[in-house]
Amino acid sequence: MIGCALASSTGGPPRRPSYLVSFFEGTYELSSSEAVIRQRVTKALHGRADEISDRWVELQQSQAELGTDIAERELREEADALVAALVAGMDSSLPVGRIVNSHSDLKRAVSDFSLRRARVGATPTATSLAVLSLKEAVLEAVRRSTDEPEELFPAALLINRLLDAAGALSFDTYVEGREEIIRRQSRQLLELSTPVVRLWQQVLAVPLIGTLDTARTQVVMESLLQAIQDHEALVAIIDITGVPTVDTAVAQHLMQTVNAVRLMGADCVISGIRPPIAQTIAQLGIDLSKILTRATLADALSEAIKLTGGTAPVTHGSAY
Amino acid sequence: MAGRPTTGVPILRLGDVLVTGLLNELDDKTALAFTDELTERISAESIRGVLIDVSRLEIIDSFVARTLMELTTMARLLGARVIVAGMRPPVAITLVELGVELVGVETALDAERGMAALGWRQGPAPGGVRRDTTR
Amino acid sequence: MTQLAKGSIAAAAGAEGGSPADSTFTESDSESATVIALRTEEDLLAVRHAVRAATLKLGFGIVDQTRVVTAASELARNAYIHGGGGALTIEYPRRQGTPGVRLTIRDDGPGIPDLDAALTDGFTTGAGLGHGLGGARRLMDDFEVHTAPGKGTTVIATRWARQ
Repeated sequence: MIGCALASSTGGPPRRPSYLVSFFEGTYELSSSEAVIRQRVTKALHGRADEISDRWVELQQSQAELGTDIAERELREEADALVAALVAGMDSSLPVGRIVNSHSDLKRAVSDFSLRRARVGATPTATSLAVLSLKEAVLEAVRRSTDEPEELFPAALLINRLLDAAGALSFDTYVEGREEIIRRQSRQLLELSTPVVRLWQQVLAVPLIGTLDTARTQVVMESLLQAIQDHEALVAIIDITGVPTVDTAVAQHLMQTVNAVRLMGADCVISGIRPPIAQTIAQLGIDLSKILTRATLADALSEAIKLTGGTAPVTHGSAY
Repeated sequence: MAGRPTTGVPILRLGDVLVTGLLNELDDKTALAFTDELTERISAESIRGVLIDVSRLEIIDSFVARTLMELTTMARLLGARVIVAGMRPPVAITLVELGVELVGVETALDAERGMAALGWRQGPAPGGVRRDTTR
Repeated sequence: MTQLAKGSIAAAAGAEGGSPADSTFTESDSESATVIALRTEEDLLAVRHAVRAATLKLGFGIVDQTRVVTAASELARNAYIHGGGGALTIEYPRRQGTPGVRLTIRDDGPGIPDLDAALTDGFTTGAGLGHGLGGARRLMDDFEVHTAPGKGTTVIATRWARQ
């Protein structure tokens, strides 16, 4: 995490348009009153951290109908951590506009906050509103801590600047969190959709349904090779009846799988090549000549049994 | 029967077959010395088959792969058949992704099957044939 | 490094003729970064051990462990043979909560004159099969090469945890 934070502050480009940061730095960061205001706000945050957490949790709960379905205890822990990190960030020497993205604890707290919402299925609106309500809670605390009305406006600006960055980071993290969930689900789906079955003694089969991309190939290879080892299989049949089209990429992936099976010391038969697919393969000039192919799974199985015949113990009828 | 301790990789001889296994801590120098020693013995001892058990190798990179391919080619030129046995699934997957297919190298699921392919049977074979050429 | 978008990696994986892009990778998690010198052949074994340990630490599956260790072995050997030695650094970046292992392999060798060719299978100027660079790229998720004639070569390769 520390690495991320340091890198983002010094190295890679900021996630948000950089003109925002430089604009604010140019206009406010250099003014002498900035430091004074920051000090006041920081002091208010220090003294009222619990109050802010309480209020924030309260505000979020009042928005519960928008889809934030998180237990109060969890909200409270999360709020305490985030507010504490916010205070620590304000205590640091980082420019206000960069605190959220450069202070590692705060960045992590905001990221965790957003990831949690993504995981429980909170809507983007609810997540945004949750960040906005933090701003509200902080503003309220600052208002109660000062008697100088003319300080309130610059203080509000400062808080806006601080927490708008949190909003932006939160949104990015939320989106990535959702994408991560989608990736995980599609991977689980992949694993579910590639069952390796034992058809005969020392003969395994994988019926492929759908297309065969890199990710899928990796999953198929992994489960097929493991099954070959577990069952001491001599032949693996890859049935592509359910594969809609075979282009050069799919053929390459098939070839890769066949080669991996061979490296294990087993043979591979591809079955279920329908006439239109055979035509496509021929037209594309894909060379599958080194691969044993059969039209149907039944043909492939009888071929496979022949291949195991030399070493397989005698099978008594259909024992399987 | 054990191989000369030149490489640290033991090479056993069973009849006209050499049996050996590569260990995980295979460095380049050992791999090359191993190839030299095997080729020498194939030629000097009229070897017909070589079984290389790789089940203990946690990785095979392109260097080791090339060593195995060269060894296979040299052995073939000297009249011997090489079988690489027991490759682990993750190693096989990584090799094909690396783009190395060990062209021309015969493989077997495990050492026992590899030996069977070289004409050896351990224990009573299914057909009741029992070959014992150790004597 | 969360800022490292896929696009920039794809671009860098093509040909980026400058010196190693310090702007992108100066900051590392110094607390957990491991550096291994690549001076002798024994160092290549040390690399495998260290990279294996790194993938185990992140809970990588056995196939991913093997991929990363193999890629490290290829890249370290490249640096040792072609680059006349160098160093490998192991870091643990995070990308939106997903942990990863990043290998940075630097050498002070002559650099790669034709990077595109070097990334193509079958290209080799030394021992190996010519699968070193291109093959290692296929085993990792993100892959960057920074090289220039006379300025050495730096390869930065990352693989992210699945799920």
